[in-house]
Amino acid sequence: MGEDFAAALPANAWNWIAVWRRNYLSWKKIALASMLGNLADPLIYLFGLGTGLGMMVGRVEDASYVAFLAAGMVATSAMTASTFETIYAAYPRMHHQRIWEAILYTQLTLGDIVLGELAWAATKGFLAGTAIAIVAAVVGYAAWPSLLYVLPAIALTGFAFASLAMVVTALAPSYHYFVFYQSLVLTPMLFLSGAVFPVTQLSGPFQQAAHFLPLAHSIDLIRPEMLDRPAGGIALHIGALCLYAVLPFFLSMVLLRRRLMR
Amino acid sequence: MSNVAIDLNGVTKSFGNKVIVNELSFTVASGECFGLLGPNGAGKSTIARMVLGMTRPDAGKITVLGVPVPARARLAREGIGVVPQFDNLDLEFTVRENLLVFGRYFGMSTRKIKAVIPSLLEFARLESKADARVAELSGGMKRRLTLARALINDPLLLVMDEPTTGLDPHARHLIWERLRFLLARGKTIILTTHFMEEAERLCDRLCVLEHGRNIAEGSPHALIDEHIGCQVIEIFGGNPQELSSLIRPYVQRIEVSGETLFCYAPDPEQVRVQLHGRAGLRLLERPPNLEDVFLRLTGREMEK
Repeated sequence: MGEDFAAALPANAWNWIAVWRRNYLSWKKIALASMLGNLADPLIYLFGLGTGLGMMVGRVEDASYVAFLAAGMVATSAMTASTFETIYAAYPRMHHQRIWEAILYTQLTLGDIVLGELAWAATKGFLAGTAIAIVAAVVGYAAWPSLLYVLPAIALTGFAFASLAMVVTALAPSYHYFVFYQSLVLTPMLFLSGAVFPVTQLSGPFQQAAHFLPLAHSIDLIRPEMLDRPAGGIALHIGALCLYAVLPFFLSMVLLRRRLMR
Repeated sequence: MSNVAIDLNGVTKSFGNKVIVNELSFTVASGECFGLLGPNGAGKSTIARMVLGMTRPDAGKITVLGVPVPARARLAREGIGVVPQFDNLDLEFTVRENLLVFGRYFGMSTRKIKAVIPSLLEFARLESKADARVAELSGGMKRRLTLARALINDPLLLVMDEPTTGLDPHARHLIWERLRFLLARGKTIILTTHFMEEAERLCDRLCVLEHGRNIAEGSPHALIDEHIGCQVIEIFGGNPQELSSLIRPYVQRIEVSGETLFCYAPDPEQVRVQLHGRAGLRLLERPPNLEDVFLRLTGREMEK
Protein backbone atom coordinates (compact mmCIF):
# COMPACT_ATOMS: atom_id res chain seq x y z
CA MET A 1 0.00 0.00 0.00
CA GLY A 2 2.72 2.47 1.00
CA GLU A 3 4.71 1.39 -2.01
CA ASP A 4 1.73 2.04 -4.27
CA PHE A 5 1.25 5.47 -2.76
CA ALA A 6 4.89 6.30 -3.37
CA ALA A 7 4.50 5.23 -7.00
CA ALA A 8 1.55 7.61 -7.41
CA LEU A 9 3.48 10.65 -6.15
CA PRO A 10 5.06 13.06 -8.64
CA ALA A 11 7.66 11.10 -10.57
CA ASN A 12 10.11 13.98 -10.88
CA ALA A 13 10.34 17.75 -10.62
CA TRP A 14 9.21 18.54 -14.17
CA ASN A 15 6.53 16.08 -15.33
CA TRP A 16 3.76 18.38 -14.00
CA ILE A 17 4.71 21.04 -16.52
CA ALA A 18 3.03 19.05 -19.32
CA VAL A 19 -0.28 19.29 -17.44
CA TRP A 20 0.22 22.99 -16.75
CA ARG A 21 0.91 23.56 -20.43
CA ARG A 22 -2.24 21.69 -21.42
CA ASN A 23 -4.30 24.01 -19.25
CA TYR A 24 -2.42 27.06 -20.48
CA LEU A 25 -3.12 26.11 -24.12
CA SER A 26 -6.80 25.73 -23.30
CA TRP A 27 -6.92 29.03 -21.38
CA LYS A 28 -5.14 30.96 -24.14
CA LYS A 29 -8.19 30.52 -26.34
CA ILE A 30 -10.44 32.35 -23.88
CA ALA A 31 -7.87 34.40 -21.95
CA LEU A 32 -9.52 37.79 -22.29
CA ALA A 33 -12.99 36.68 -21.22
CA SER A 34 -11.50 34.66 -18.38
CA MET A 35 -9.45 37.59 -17.08
CA LEU A 36 -12.40 39.98 -17.24
CA GLY A 37 -14.56 37.47 -15.41
CA ASN A 38 -11.97 37.05 -12.68
CA LEU A 39 -11.46 40.79 -12.33
CA ALA A 40 -15.02 42.05 -12.41
CA ASP A 41 -16.18 40.58 -9.13
CA PRO A 42 -13.41 41.81 -6.80
CA LEU A 43 -13.29 45.20 -8.51
CA ILE A 44 -17.01 45.70 -8.00
CA TYR A 45 -16.60 44.82 -4.33
CA LEU A 46 -13.56 47.03 -3.99
CA PHE A 47 -15.12 50.14 -5.46
CA GLY A 48 -18.71 49.40 -4.49
CA LEU A 49 -18.00 48.66 -0.84
CA GLY A 50 -14.91 50.82 -0.72
CA THR A 51 -16.51 54.06 -1.85
CA GLY A 52 -20.03 53.50 -0.53
CA LEU A 53 -19.20 52.00 2.84
CA GLY A 54 -15.92 53.91 2.97
CA MET A 55 -17.77 57.22 3.28
CA MET A 56 -19.65 55.96 6.33
CA VAL A 57 -16.81 54.24 8.19
CA GLY A 58 -14.11 56.76 7.49
CA ARG A 59 -10.60 55.53 8.28
CA VAL A 60 -9.75 52.00 9.32
CA GLU A 61 -6.46 51.13 10.99
CA ASP A 62 -5.13 54.49 9.94
CA ALA A 63 -5.87 54.06 6.25
CA SER A 64 -8.77 54.98 4.04
CA TYR A 65 -11.33 52.17 4.00
CA VAL A 66 -10.79 51.54 0.26
CA ALA A 67 -7.06 51.14 0.79
CA PHE A 68 -7.71 48.80 3.72
CA LEU A 69 -10.17 46.80 1.65
CA ALA A 70 -7.86 46.65 -1.40
CA ALA A 71 -5.40 44.34 0.35
CA GLY A 72 -8.26 42.10 1.45
CA MET A 73 -9.57 41.94 -2.09
CA VAL A 74 -6.15 41.02 -3.49
CA ALA A 75 -5.98 37.98 -1.21
CA THR A 76 -9.66 37.15 -1.69
CA SER A 77 -9.50 37.24 -5.47
CA ALA A 78 -6.47 34.93 -5.45
CA MET A 79 -8.41 32.61 -3.16
CA THR A 80 -11.52 32.64 -5.33
CA ALA A 81 -9.77 32.27 -8.67
CA SER A 82 -7.61 29.31 -7.64
CA THR A 83 -10.50 27.64 -5.82
CA PHE A 84 -12.87 27.98 -8.76
CA GLU A 85 -10.28 26.72 -11.21
CA THR A 86 -9.90 23.59 -9.10
CA ILE A 87 -13.55 22.84 -8.36
CA TYR A 88 -15.16 23.99 -11.61
CA ALA A 89 -12.44 23.18 -14.15
CA ALA A 90 -10.10 20.52 -12.75
CA TYR A 91 -13.05 18.53 -11.39
CA PRO A 92 -14.73 18.03 -14.79
CA ARG A 93 -11.33 17.22 -16.31
CA MET A 94 -10.99 14.49 -13.70
CA HIS A 95 -14.62 13.36 -13.66
CA HIS A 96 -16.79 13.78 -16.80
CA GLN A 97 -14.17 14.40 -19.44
CA ARG A 98 -11.87 11.61 -18.19
CA ILE A 99 -8.87 13.67 -19.22
CA TRP A 100 -6.90 12.57 -16.16
CA GLU A 101 -7.57 8.97 -17.09
CA ALA A 102 -6.05 9.57 -20.54
CA ILE A 103 -3.02 11.18 -18.90
CA LEU A 104 -2.60 8.15 -16.64
CA TYR A 105 -1.98 6.06 -19.79
CA THR A 106 1.29 7.93 -20.22
CA GLN A 107 4.40 8.04 -18.09
CA LEU A 108 2.83 10.69 -15.86
CA THR A 109 1.70 9.70 -12.38
CA LEU A 110 -1.39 10.85 -10.52
CA GLY A 111 0.89 13.09 -8.45
CA ASP A 112 2.24 14.74 -11.60
CA ILE A 113 -1.34 15.47 -12.70
CA VAL A 114 -2.43 16.85 -9.32
CA LEU A 115 0.70 18.99 -9.04
CA GLY A 116 0.18 20.32 -12.57
CA GLU A 117 -3.44 21.19 -11.81
CA LEU A 118 -2.44 22.90 -8.54
CA ALA A 119 0.29 24.89 -10.26
CA TRP A 120 -2.18 25.96 -12.91
CA ALA A 121 -4.87 26.94 -10.40
CA ALA A 122 -2.24 28.84 -8.42
CA THR A 123 -1.27 30.61 -11.64
CA LYS A 124 -4.87 31.71 -12.14
CA GLY A 125 -5.04 32.87 -8.53
CA PHE A 126 -1.79 34.74 -9.05
CA LEU A 127 -3.10 36.48 -12.17
CA ALA A 128 -6.36 37.47 -10.48
CA GLY A 129 -4.71 38.73 -7.29
CA THR A 130 -1.98 40.55 -9.19
CA ALA A 131 -4.51 42.31 -11.41
CA ILE A 132 -6.27 43.74 -8.35
CA ALA A 133 -2.94 44.72 -6.81
CA ILE A 134 -2.02 46.58 -10.00
CA VAL A 135 -5.36 48.39 -10.05
CA ALA A 136 -4.81 49.33 -6.41
CA ALA A 137 -1.36 50.67 -7.24
CA VAL A 138 -2.67 52.61 -10.23
CA VAL A 139 -5.32 54.39 -8.17
CA GLY A 140 -2.83 55.04 -5.40
CA TYR A 141 -3.89 52.61 -2.67
CA ALA A 142 -0.54 50.83 -2.75
CA ALA A 143 3.03 51.81 -3.50
CA TRP A 144 4.43 50.21 -6.66
CA PRO A 145 7.58 48.83 -4.98
CA SER A 146 5.41 47.02 -2.41
CA LEU A 147 4.10 44.80 -5.24
CA LEU A 148 7.51 43.14 -5.37
CA TYR A 149 6.81 41.62 -1.95
CA VAL A 150 3.12 41.15 -2.49
CA LEU A 151 3.34 39.05 -5.65
CA PRO A 152 5.03 35.99 -4.07
CA ALA A 153 2.46 36.12 -1.25
CA ILE A 154 -0.35 36.09 -3.84
CA ALA A 155 1.18 33.06 -5.58
CA LEU A 156 1.48 31.20 -2.28
CA THR A 157 -2.13 32.07 -1.46
CA GLY A 158 -3.19 30.64 -4.82
CA PHE A 159 -1.31 27.43 -4.11
CA ALA A 160 -2.78 26.99 -0.63
CA PHE A 161 -6.36 27.44 -1.80
CA ALA A 162 -5.88 25.27 -4.88
CA SER A 163 -4.57 22.55 -2.62
CA LEU A 164 -7.53 22.86 -0.21
CA ALA A 165 -9.99 22.83 -3.12
CA MET A 166 -8.32 19.70 -4.48
CA VAL A 167 -9.40 17.86 -1.34
CA VAL A 168 -12.97 19.02 -1.99
CA THR A 169 -12.67 17.95 -5.63
CA ALA A 170 -11.43 14.53 -4.57
CA LEU A 171 -14.42 14.07 -2.26
CA ALA A 172 -17.23 15.60 -4.31
CA PRO A 173 -19.69 13.11 -5.81
CA SER A 174 -21.00 15.89 -8.11
CA TYR A 175 -20.95 19.62 -8.76
CA HIS A 176 -23.75 20.23 -6.26
CA TYR A 177 -21.44 19.65 -3.33
CA PHE A 178 -19.18 22.56 -4.19
CA VAL A 179 -21.80 25.03 -3.04
CA PHE A 180 -21.29 23.79 0.53
CA TYR A 181 -17.60 24.52 0.34
CA GLN A 182 -18.30 27.99 -1.01
CA SER A 183 -21.04 28.98 1.40
CA LEU A 184 -19.90 27.13 4.53
CA VAL A 185 -16.12 27.51 4.24
CA LEU A 186 -15.06 30.30 1.90
CA THR A 187 -17.69 32.92 2.70
CA PRO A 188 -17.30 32.68 6.50
CA MET A 189 -13.54 32.76 6.00
CA LEU A 190 -13.89 36.03 4.12
CA PHE A 191 -15.50 37.66 7.17
CA LEU A 192 -13.31 35.99 9.79
CA SER A 193 -10.00 36.76 8.11
CA GLY A 194 -10.06 40.54 8.12
CA ALA A 195 -10.68 40.96 4.42
CA VAL A 196 -13.50 43.51 4.76
CA PHE A 197 -13.11 44.66 8.37
CA PRO A 198 -10.35 44.26 10.96
CA VAL A 199 -10.23 40.98 12.87
CA THR A 200 -10.21 43.04 16.10
CA GLN A 201 -13.92 43.72 15.53
CA LEU A 202 -14.63 40.05 16.18
CA SER A 203 -15.37 38.55 19.57
CA GLY A 204 -12.62 36.62 21.31
CA PRO A 205 -13.22 33.06 20.13
CA PHE A 206 -13.61 34.19 16.52
CA GLN A 207 -10.39 36.14 16.77
CA GLN A 208 -8.69 33.00 18.00
CA ALA A 209 -10.17 31.01 15.14
CA ALA A 210 -8.88 33.56 12.65
CA HIS A 211 -5.31 32.59 13.57
CA PHE A 212 -5.86 29.26 11.85
CA LEU A 213 -7.39 30.50 8.63
CA PRO A 214 -5.21 30.57 5.53
CA LEU A 215 -6.88 33.71 4.20
CA ALA A 216 -6.03 35.55 7.44
CA HIS A 217 -2.36 34.64 7.05
CA SER A 218 -2.42 35.72 3.44
CA ILE A 219 -3.97 39.10 4.32
CA ASP A 220 -1.52 39.60 7.16
CA LEU A 221 1.29 39.18 4.65
CA ILE A 222 -0.19 41.37 1.94
CA ARG A 223 -1.87 44.25 3.79
CA PRO A 224 1.12 45.67 5.71
CA GLU A 225 3.14 45.70 2.49
CA MET A 226 0.45 47.45 0.48
CA LEU A 227 -0.20 50.01 3.24
CA ASP A 228 3.55 50.41 3.79
CA ARG A 229 3.47 49.33 7.44
CA PRO A 230 5.92 47.20 9.39
CA ALA A 231 4.87 43.57 9.05
CA GLY A 232 5.10 41.09 11.90
CA GLY A 233 5.32 37.33 11.98
CA ILE A 234 6.19 36.97 8.32
CA ALA A 235 7.80 33.56 8.85
CA LEU A 236 4.72 32.34 10.71
CA HIS A 237 2.38 33.46 7.94
CA ILE A 238 4.52 31.97 5.18
CA GLY A 239 4.88 28.76 7.17
CA ALA A 240 1.14 28.48 7.74
CA LEU A 241 0.37 29.02 4.05
CA CYS A 242 3.01 26.44 3.10
CA LEU A 243 1.35 23.93 5.41
CA TYR A 244 -1.99 24.69 3.80
CA ALA A 245 -0.41 24.09 0.41
CA VAL A 246 1.43 20.88 1.28
CA LEU A 247 -0.79 18.92 3.69
CA PRO A 248 -3.99 19.05 1.59
CA PHE A 249 -1.91 18.00 -1.42
CA PHE A 250 -1.03 14.72 0.28
CA LEU A 251 -4.55 14.26 1.61
CA SER A 252 -6.03 14.81 -1.84
CA MET A 253 -3.53 12.31 -3.26
CA VAL A 254 -4.76 9.66 -0.83
CA LEU A 255 -8.38 10.41 -1.69
CA LEU A 256 -7.88 10.64 -5.44
CA ARG A 257 -5.92 7.42 -5.57
CA ARG A 258 -8.79 5.70 -3.83
CA ARG A 259 -11.24 7.30 -6.24
CA LEU A 260 -9.42 6.74 -9.52
CA MET A 261 -7.11 3.76 -9.07
CA ARG A 262 -9.05 1.14 -7.20
CA MET B 1 13.48 -7.26 -25.50
CA SER B 2 12.18 -10.69 -24.60
CA ASN B 3 9.57 -12.29 -26.82
CA VAL B 4 6.91 -12.16 -24.12
CA ALA B 5 4.96 -8.89 -24.13
CA ILE B 6 2.48 -9.63 -21.33
CA ASP B 7 2.44 -12.35 -18.72
CA LEU B 8 -0.41 -12.75 -16.26
CA ASN B 9 -0.02 -15.42 -13.63
CA GLY B 10 -2.84 -16.37 -11.26
CA VAL B 11 -4.31 -12.87 -11.20
CA THR B 12 -7.35 -12.27 -9.02
CA LYS B 13 -9.25 -9.04 -8.42
CA SER B 14 -12.39 -8.40 -6.40
CA PHE B 15 -14.40 -5.28 -5.74
CA GLY B 16 -16.14 -5.69 -2.41
CA ASN B 17 -17.08 -9.36 -2.31
CA LYS B 18 -17.63 -9.55 -6.07
CA VAL B 19 -14.86 -11.45 -7.82
CA ILE B 20 -14.19 -9.72 -11.13
CA VAL B 21 -11.07 -11.56 -12.26
CA ASN B 22 -10.52 -15.10 -11.01
CA GLU B 23 -7.08 -16.76 -11.04
CA LEU B 24 -6.46 -15.67 -14.57
CA SER B 25 -3.29 -16.63 -16.42
CA PHE B 26 -2.24 -16.00 -20.00
CA THR B 27 0.79 -14.98 -21.98
CA VAL B 28 0.93 -12.66 -24.96
CA ALA B 29 3.92 -13.07 -27.28
CA SER B 30 5.56 -10.08 -28.92
CA GLY B 31 4.07 -9.30 -32.30
CA GLU B 32 0.84 -11.18 -31.81
CA CYS B 33 -2.71 -9.96 -31.53
CA PHE B 34 -4.31 -11.41 -28.43
CA GLY B 35 -8.01 -11.08 -27.75
CA LEU B 36 -9.96 -11.15 -24.51
CA LEU B 37 -13.41 -12.27 -25.55
CA GLY B 38 -16.34 -12.15 -23.21
CA PRO B 39 -19.72 -10.62 -22.50
CA ASN B 40 -20.16 -7.36 -20.62
CA GLY B 41 -19.15 -7.84 -17.01
CA ALA B 42 -16.69 -10.65 -17.74
CA GLY B 43 -13.82 -8.56 -16.34
CA LYS B 44 -12.26 -7.45 -19.62
CA SER B 45 -11.81 -3.78 -18.78
CA THR B 46 -10.47 -4.59 -15.32
CA ILE B 47 -7.82 -6.80 -16.91
CA ALA B 48 -6.85 -3.97 -19.27
CA ARG B 49 -6.54 -1.59 -16.31
CA MET B 50 -4.40 -4.07 -14.41
CA VAL B 51 -2.06 -4.49 -17.40
CA LEU B 52 -1.63 -0.70 -17.37
CA GLY B 53 -0.94 -0.65 -13.64
CA MET B 54 -4.01 1.50 -12.94
CA THR B 55 -5.55 -1.18 -10.73
CA ARG B 56 -3.59 -3.45 -8.41
CA PRO B 57 -4.50 -7.16 -8.44
CA ASP B 58 -5.38 -8.75 -5.10
CA ALA B 59 -3.22 -11.75 -5.96
CA GLY B 60 -1.02 -12.95 -8.79
CA LYS B 61 1.81 -11.51 -10.84
CA ILE B 62 1.76 -9.32 -13.93
CA THR B 63 4.75 -8.60 -16.14
CA VAL B 64 4.44 -6.19 -19.05
CA LEU B 65 7.28 -5.53 -21.51
CA GLY B 66 9.68 -7.19 -19.12
CA VAL B 67 8.89 -5.14 -16.01
CA PRO B 68 6.68 -5.98 -13.03
CA VAL B 69 3.32 -4.17 -12.93
CA PRO B 70 2.05 -2.23 -11.05
CA ALA B 71 5.40 -1.80 -9.23
CA ARG B 72 7.13 -0.37 -12.30
CA ALA B 73 4.07 0.45 -14.39
CA ARG B 74 5.37 3.90 -15.26
CA LEU B 75 8.31 2.36 -17.06
CA ALA B 76 6.04 -0.16 -18.82
CA ARG B 77 3.66 2.58 -19.95
CA GLU B 78 6.46 4.34 -21.83
CA GLY B 79 6.19 1.48 -24.31
CA ILE B 80 2.40 1.16 -24.33
CA GLY B 81 -0.32 2.90 -26.33
CA VAL B 82 -3.89 2.80 -25.03
CA VAL B 83 -7.23 2.94 -26.83
CA PRO B 84 -9.91 3.06 -24.12
CA GLN B 85 -13.48 1.90 -24.34
CA PHE B 86 -14.86 5.42 -24.03
CA ASP B 87 -13.24 8.25 -25.94
CA ASN B 88 -11.41 10.58 -23.61
CA LEU B 89 -10.05 12.98 -26.17
CA ASP B 90 -9.60 16.58 -25.15
CA LEU B 91 -12.74 18.24 -26.52
CA GLU B 92 -11.38 21.75 -26.11
CA PHE B 93 -8.66 21.12 -28.66
CA THR B 94 -8.24 20.47 -32.35
CA VAL B 95 -7.03 17.13 -33.72
CA ARG B 96 -3.47 18.44 -34.00
CA GLU B 97 -3.52 19.97 -30.51
CA ASN B 98 -4.70 16.70 -29.02
CA LEU B 99 -1.64 14.97 -30.40
CA LEU B 100 0.66 17.78 -29.33
CA VAL B 101 -0.63 17.84 -25.76
CA PHE B 102 -0.52 14.07 -25.44
CA GLY B 103 3.05 13.83 -26.75
CA ARG B 104 4.12 16.21 -24.00
CA TYR B 105 2.77 13.81 -21.38
CA PHE B 106 5.41 11.38 -22.65
CA GLY B 107 8.07 14.04 -22.19
CA MET B 108 8.51 14.61 -25.92
CA SER B 109 9.69 18.01 -27.10
CA THR B 110 7.32 20.17 -29.14
CA ARG B 111 9.70 19.90 -32.10
CA LYS B 112 9.76 16.12 -31.97
CA ILE B 113 5.96 15.87 -31.65
CA LYS B 114 5.44 18.22 -34.58
CA ALA B 115 7.75 16.02 -36.63
CA VAL B 116 5.65 12.88 -36.08
CA ILE B 117 2.17 14.46 -36.31
CA PRO B 118 1.93 14.36 -40.14
CA SER B 119 2.57 10.62 -40.31
CA LEU B 120 0.05 9.98 -37.50
CA LEU B 121 -2.59 12.07 -39.27
CA GLU B 122 -1.90 10.16 -42.46
CA PHE B 123 -2.15 6.84 -40.63
CA ALA B 124 -5.47 7.85 -39.10
CA ARG B 125 -6.69 9.32 -42.42
CA LEU B 126 -7.33 12.62 -40.69
CA GLU B 127 -5.07 14.88 -42.76
CA SER B 128 -7.98 17.05 -43.83
CA LYS B 129 -9.24 17.35 -40.24
CA ALA B 130 -5.97 18.41 -38.62
CA ASP B 131 -7.35 21.75 -37.47
CA ALA B 132 -10.91 20.65 -36.79
CA ARG B 133 -12.09 20.58 -33.20
CA VAL B 134 -12.67 17.12 -31.77
CA ALA B 135 -16.35 17.93 -31.21
CA GLU B 136 -16.78 18.20 -35.00
CA LEU B 137 -15.51 14.68 -35.70
CA SER B 138 -17.65 11.63 -36.38
CA GLY B 139 -17.49 8.61 -34.08
CA GLY B 140 -15.17 6.76 -36.45
CA MET B 141 -12.86 9.75 -36.77
CA LYS B 142 -12.66 10.12 -32.98
CA ARG B 143 -11.68 6.46 -32.68
CA ARG B 144 -9.01 6.92 -35.34
CA LEU B 145 -7.69 9.98 -33.54
CA THR B 146 -7.61 8.00 -30.30
CA LEU B 147 -5.63 5.33 -32.14
CA ALA B 148 -3.24 7.92 -33.56
CA ARG B 149 -2.85 9.40 -30.06
CA ALA B 150 -1.98 5.94 -28.73
CA LEU B 151 0.86 5.73 -31.27
CA ILE B 152 2.50 9.06 -30.43
CA ASN B 153 5.17 7.43 -28.27
CA ASP B 154 5.82 4.74 -30.90
CA PRO B 155 4.74 1.98 -28.49
CA LEU B 156 5.66 -1.70 -28.73
CA LEU B 157 2.34 -2.75 -27.25
CA LEU B 158 -1.19 -1.48 -27.83
CA VAL B 159 -3.86 -2.08 -25.20
CA MET B 160 -7.32 -1.65 -26.71
CA ASP B 161 -10.54 -1.89 -24.78
CA GLU B 162 -13.44 -2.54 -27.17
CA PRO B 163 -11.83 -0.57 -29.98
CA THR B 164 -14.79 -0.68 -32.39
CA THR B 165 -17.80 -0.79 -30.08
CA GLY B 166 -20.41 1.72 -31.20
CA LEU B 167 -18.98 2.23 -34.70
CA ASP B 168 -20.84 1.68 -37.94
CA PRO B 169 -19.60 -1.18 -40.18
CA HIS B 170 -17.66 1.06 -42.51
CA ALA B 171 -15.80 2.77 -39.70
CA ARG B 172 -15.18 -0.58 -38.02
CA HIS B 173 -13.62 -2.08 -41.14
CA LEU B 174 -11.34 0.91 -41.48
CA ILE B 175 -10.13 0.45 -37.88
CA TRP B 176 -9.55 -3.27 -38.49
CA GLU B 177 -7.55 -2.50 -41.61
CA ARG B 178 -5.43 -0.02 -39.67
CA LEU B 179 -4.83 -2.53 -36.89
CA ARG B 180 -3.70 -5.18 -39.34
CA PHE B 181 -1.29 -2.61 -40.76
CA LEU B 182 0.15 -2.10 -37.26
CA LEU B 183 0.44 -5.86 -36.69
CA ALA B 184 2.29 -6.19 -40.00
CA ARG B 185 4.72 -3.61 -38.67
CA GLY B 186 5.45 -5.79 -35.66
CA LYS B 187 3.34 -4.14 -32.95
CA THR B 188 1.81 -6.31 -30.24
CA ILE B 189 -1.89 -5.82 -29.60
CA ILE B 190 -4.07 -6.96 -26.74
CA LEU B 191 -7.71 -6.14 -27.30
CA THR B 192 -10.92 -6.80 -25.46
CA THR B 193 -14.08 -7.34 -27.43
CA HIS B 194 -17.50 -8.89 -27.28
CA PHE B 195 -17.49 -8.90 -31.05
CA MET B 196 -16.93 -12.39 -32.36
CA GLU B 197 -16.21 -11.17 -35.85
CA GLU B 198 -13.57 -8.77 -34.59
CA ALA B 199 -11.86 -11.49 -32.59
CA GLU B 200 -11.99 -13.89 -35.51
CA ARG B 201 -10.59 -11.43 -38.02
CA LEU B 202 -7.83 -9.87 -35.98
CA CYS B 203 -6.66 -12.17 -33.24
CA ASP B 204 -3.90 -14.72 -33.57
CA ARG B 205 -4.98 -16.16 -30.27
CA LEU B 206 -7.69 -15.40 -27.81
CA CYS B 207 -8.92 -16.20 -24.41
CA VAL B 208 -12.62 -16.68 -23.73
CA LEU B 209 -13.70 -15.17 -20.42
CA GLU B 210 -16.65 -15.87 -18.25
CA HIS B 211 -16.98 -14.29 -14.81
CA GLY B 212 -13.30 -13.38 -14.91
CA ARG B 213 -12.20 -16.94 -15.60
CA ASN B 214 -10.29 -18.21 -18.60
CA ILE B 215 -12.62 -20.90 -19.97
CA ALA B 216 -10.84 -21.52 -23.28
CA GLU B 217 -7.72 -20.31 -25.03
CA GLY B 218 -6.27 -20.78 -28.50
CA SER B 219 -6.38 -19.53 -32.06
CA PRO B 220 -9.88 -18.79 -33.37
CA HIS B 221 -9.67 -21.73 -35.79
CA ALA B 222 -8.40 -24.16 -33.20
CA LEU B 223 -11.18 -23.13 -30.81
CA ILE B 224 -13.81 -23.56 -33.50
CA ASP B 225 -12.43 -26.94 -34.55
CA GLU B 226 -12.08 -28.16 -31.00
CA HIS B 227 -15.46 -27.07 -29.71
CA ILE B 228 -17.70 -27.24 -32.80
CA GLY B 229 -15.90 -28.93 -35.68
CA CYS B 230 -18.86 -29.26 -38.03
CA GLN B 231 -21.37 -27.27 -40.06
CA VAL B 232 -24.08 -25.31 -38.26
CA ILE B 233 -27.71 -25.16 -39.31
CA GLU B 234 -29.84 -22.41 -37.86
CA ILE B 235 -33.56 -23.12 -37.95
CA PHE B 236 -36.11 -20.36 -37.42
CA GLY B 237 -39.87 -20.73 -37.20
CA GLY B 238 -41.75 -23.70 -35.86
CA ASN B 239 -41.75 -25.05 -32.34
CA PRO B 240 -38.14 -25.44 -31.12
CA GLN B 241 -38.97 -28.26 -28.69
CA GLU B 242 -40.83 -30.33 -31.25
CA LEU B 243 -38.20 -29.80 -33.92
CA SER B 244 -35.32 -30.63 -31.64
CA SER B 245 -36.78 -33.98 -30.65
CA LEU B 246 -37.32 -34.73 -34.34
CA ILE B 247 -33.77 -34.05 -35.50
CA ARG B 248 -31.82 -34.91 -32.36
CA PRO B 249 -30.75 -38.37 -33.60
CA TYR B 250 -29.12 -36.82 -36.68
CA VAL B 251 -27.01 -34.09 -35.14
CA GLN B 252 -24.09 -33.86 -32.75
CA ARG B 253 -25.72 -31.30 -30.50
CA ILE B 254 -28.60 -28.83 -30.42
CA GLU B 255 -28.84 -25.48 -28.73
CA VAL B 256 -31.94 -23.37 -28.42
CA SER B 257 -31.42 -19.65 -28.20
CA GLY B 258 -34.66 -17.70 -28.20
CA GLU B 259 -36.68 -18.85 -31.20
CA THR B 260 -33.66 -20.17 -33.04
CA LEU B 261 -32.40 -23.73 -33.08
CA PHE B 262 -28.67 -24.18 -33.56
CA CYS B 263 -27.88 -27.66 -34.88
CA TYR B 264 -24.28 -28.80 -34.99
CA ALA B 265 -24.50 -31.30 -37.80
CA PRO B 266 -21.64 -33.40 -39.21
CA ASP B 267 -24.05 -34.39 -41.97
CA PRO B 268 -26.36 -31.43 -42.76
CA GLU B 269 -28.12 -33.33 -45.54
CA GLN B 270 -29.68 -35.71 -43.02
CA VAL B 271 -31.26 -32.78 -41.18
CA ARG B 272 -32.62 -31.31 -44.37
CA VAL B 273 -34.24 -34.62 -45.24
CA GLN B 274 -35.96 -34.79 -41.85
CA LEU B 275 -37.36 -31.30 -42.18
CA HIS B 276 -38.34 -31.66 -45.83
CA GLY B 277 -41.86 -30.55 -46.62
CA ARG B 278 -42.43 -28.64 -43.39
CA ALA B 279 -43.94 -25.26 -44.11
CA GLY B 280 -42.83 -22.00 -42.48
CA LEU B 281 -39.32 -23.13 -41.59
CA ARG B 282 -36.25 -21.23 -42.64
CA LEU B 283 -32.92 -23.00 -42.67
CA LEU B 284 -29.51 -21.39 -42.77
CA GLU B 285 -26.47 -23.57 -43.18
CA ARG B 286 -23.12 -21.99 -42.47
CA PRO B 287 -19.60 -22.79 -41.28
CA PRO B 288 -19.13 -22.62 -37.49
CA ASN B 289 -17.79 -19.43 -35.93
CA LEU B 290 -16.64 -18.10 -32.60
CA GLU B 291 -20.16 -17.15 -31.63
CA ASP B 292 -21.00 -20.86 -31.63
CA VAL B 293 -17.96 -21.58 -29.48
CA PHE B 294 -19.02 -18.90 -27.10
CA LEU B 295 -22.60 -20.10 -26.89
CA ARG B 296 -21.36 -23.60 -26.34
CA LEU B 297 -18.84 -22.70 -23.64
CA THR B 298 -21.05 -20.36 -21.70
CA GLY B 299 -23.87 -22.86 -22.05
CA ARG B 300 -26.79 -20.67 -22.84
CA GLU B 301 -30.00 -22.76 -23.06
CA MET B 302 -27.92 -25.71 -24.10
CA GLU B 303 -29.59 -29.09 -24.67
CA LYS B 304 -27.62 -32.29 -24.53
